[in-house]
Amino acid sequence: MKREINISKIVLTAVMLLVGLIFLLPFLWMISASMKREIDVFTYPIEWIPHTWRFVENYSEVWFGENPFALFYWNSVKVTVLTTLLSVLVSSMAAYAFSHIEFRGKSTMFLIVLATFMIPSHSILVPQFIIFKYLKLYDTHLGLILLGSLSALGTFMLRQFFLGLHKDYIDAARMDGAGHFQIFLGIALPLVRPALATYAILRFIWSWNDYAHPLVFIRSEELETIQLGIHKFASESGVYFSLIMAGTVSAIIPLVLIFILGQKHVLEGVALGGVKG
Amino acid sequence: MRVQTMPYQEISAKKVKQKKNYENLHGYTFVAPMMIGLLIFTVIPTIISLLLSFTEWSFISGIDKIKFVGVKNYAMLLDDQVFLESLMNNLKLLVVVPVQMVLALLLAVIIDKFVYFKNVMKVIFFMPYISSIVAVAIVFQLLFHPSYGPINQFLRGIGITDPPKWLADIHYALPSVMIIMVWVGVGFCMIIYMAALQAIPKELYESAELDGAGAVRKFKSITFPLVSPTTFFLLVTGLISSFKSFDIIKVLTNGGPSESTSVVTLYLYSTAFESLKTGYASSMAWVLFGCVLLITVVQIYGQKKWVNY
Repeated sequence: MKREINISKIVLTAVMLLVGLIFLLPFLWMISASMKREIDVFTYPIEWIPHTWRFVENYSEVWFGENPFALFYWNSVKVTVLTTLLSVLVSSMAAYAFSHIEFRGKSTMFLIVLATFMIPSHSILVPQFIIFKYLKLYDTHLGLILLGSLSALGTFMLRQFFLGLHKDYIDAARMDGAGHFQIFLGIALPLVRPALATYAILRFIWSWNDYAHPLVFIRSEELETIQLGIHKFASESGVYFSLIMAGTVSAIIPLVLIFILGQKHVLEGVALGGVKG
Repeated sequence: MRVQTMPYQEISAKKVKQKKNYENLHGYTFVAPMMIGLLIFTVIPTIISLLLSFTEWSFISGIDKIKFVGVKNYAMLLDDQVFLESLMNNLKLLVVVPVQMVLALLLAVIIDKFVYFKNVMKVIFFMPYISSIVAVAIVFQLLFHPSYGPINQFLRGIGITDPPKWLADIHYALPSVMIIMVWVGVGFCMIIYMAALQAIPKELYESAELDGAGAVRKFKSITFPLVSPTTFFLLVTGLISSFKSFDIIKVLTNGGPSESTSVVTLYLYSTAFESLKTGYASSMAWVLFGCVLLITVVQIYGQKKWVNY
């Protein structure tokens, strides 16, 4: 009986791995194409393992050739890391206040935060653009970072975690004369560290992948992020597919690394909040 | 007696007031960065966009050039073929959501109970969701290439002499985009379904088994009803985000061929930043907002009727 069940489980596992493999084919094709000579990219049947390798040549051409990929990369790293840090700070501060401080107008403000959830980000691009121009944030990384740091979703998510903290901890600290800043930094933040990690990783992924905002708010080539850079590279140098693939692999690698390292956090965060960036 | 307690009450009232002030001050300090930010970058833009939707203006000309035109922009939208086609495409794209959910539930049930290497599988199916949409779209452009893309080479290899031109064909472009969207989003739905499946008490299945229920019966009577809140949640968020899709279409097809894959966000973008019609673009923005609002309202009212808690 037990053995029978295992056999069906093995068969299903094999089937699902096959489905998974088909699912991964676009990635595998991309990686393989990025290491080939141009003329081998479209040979059929597909050469999954390149016959003649051009790994080093392709990647160094993309990174240090005519296209400033290294610069795009650096811009993305800078914007993404700063956005993530600032967003975690701003969101966790607001989340702490919404869960553990009693102040006037709290529920109204929280309602406003929730309401901004619903506003589609594309429908306010134009007035944002005008405001950016006015505040001299247009065509700066600072503008992207500030915009990316304001997350109603992050506030909502972190608030759930702060609410999970035992109120007694905070009350006891208040009785001992600790101020809210002390409690926030010394007690609350350390206790929700896993939640902060979850949110930070998700924010990193969304920020790295953001395309619409850099597209609208960045004009100078030397400020372009990787998503803009790679799209332009793909539409302009339309014939060098192996190089384009080396570029797309480069754009995805940080995400895959972060995902694999923080896999538990990402999957838990998504399952818990049902979040969609 | 009363006279004696008065001073004490006064002191305590003062203390309470002090404490209240302290709490208020700190509350405002903690929420200030978020609230000021949202005010400047979300709330005010939303209001401006509503006002602009009743005007004729281009943001490169000065503010004194703004011309109030009433609901003319909205009336124009009704006659704008490109807009109507874009909106129609948005509605067609909604099909992606249920398809994605059915596949996701199927995968979630199988992976949750009937396979080894559960974690590996989760990672595999989730990969497209975390990957950069721009990169993914560029890869699919090549995979779907009409003449030398691997997909058509394969189809010709198995004897289909005249395979579709996919993204380059007016009739196949939108379905191709939809296939890619399903591929991107299915892992996300799957992870959320798996979390819901794990919350179902095992005893339910055990007693159903004792009553002689088979796998299909168990799915129909236990699994499906008990994940219905999740189904509902995924449906609503999926429909809303489907209205917001922009990146994938901008990179994959830029709305073409003709307007066969154009969507409202894309047309809004080109109207605002390429044709520089700020007022007209704002009216589209509000139609988009209206669609999202409609789904949300339906959700608030529909929830109680449709969902099994």
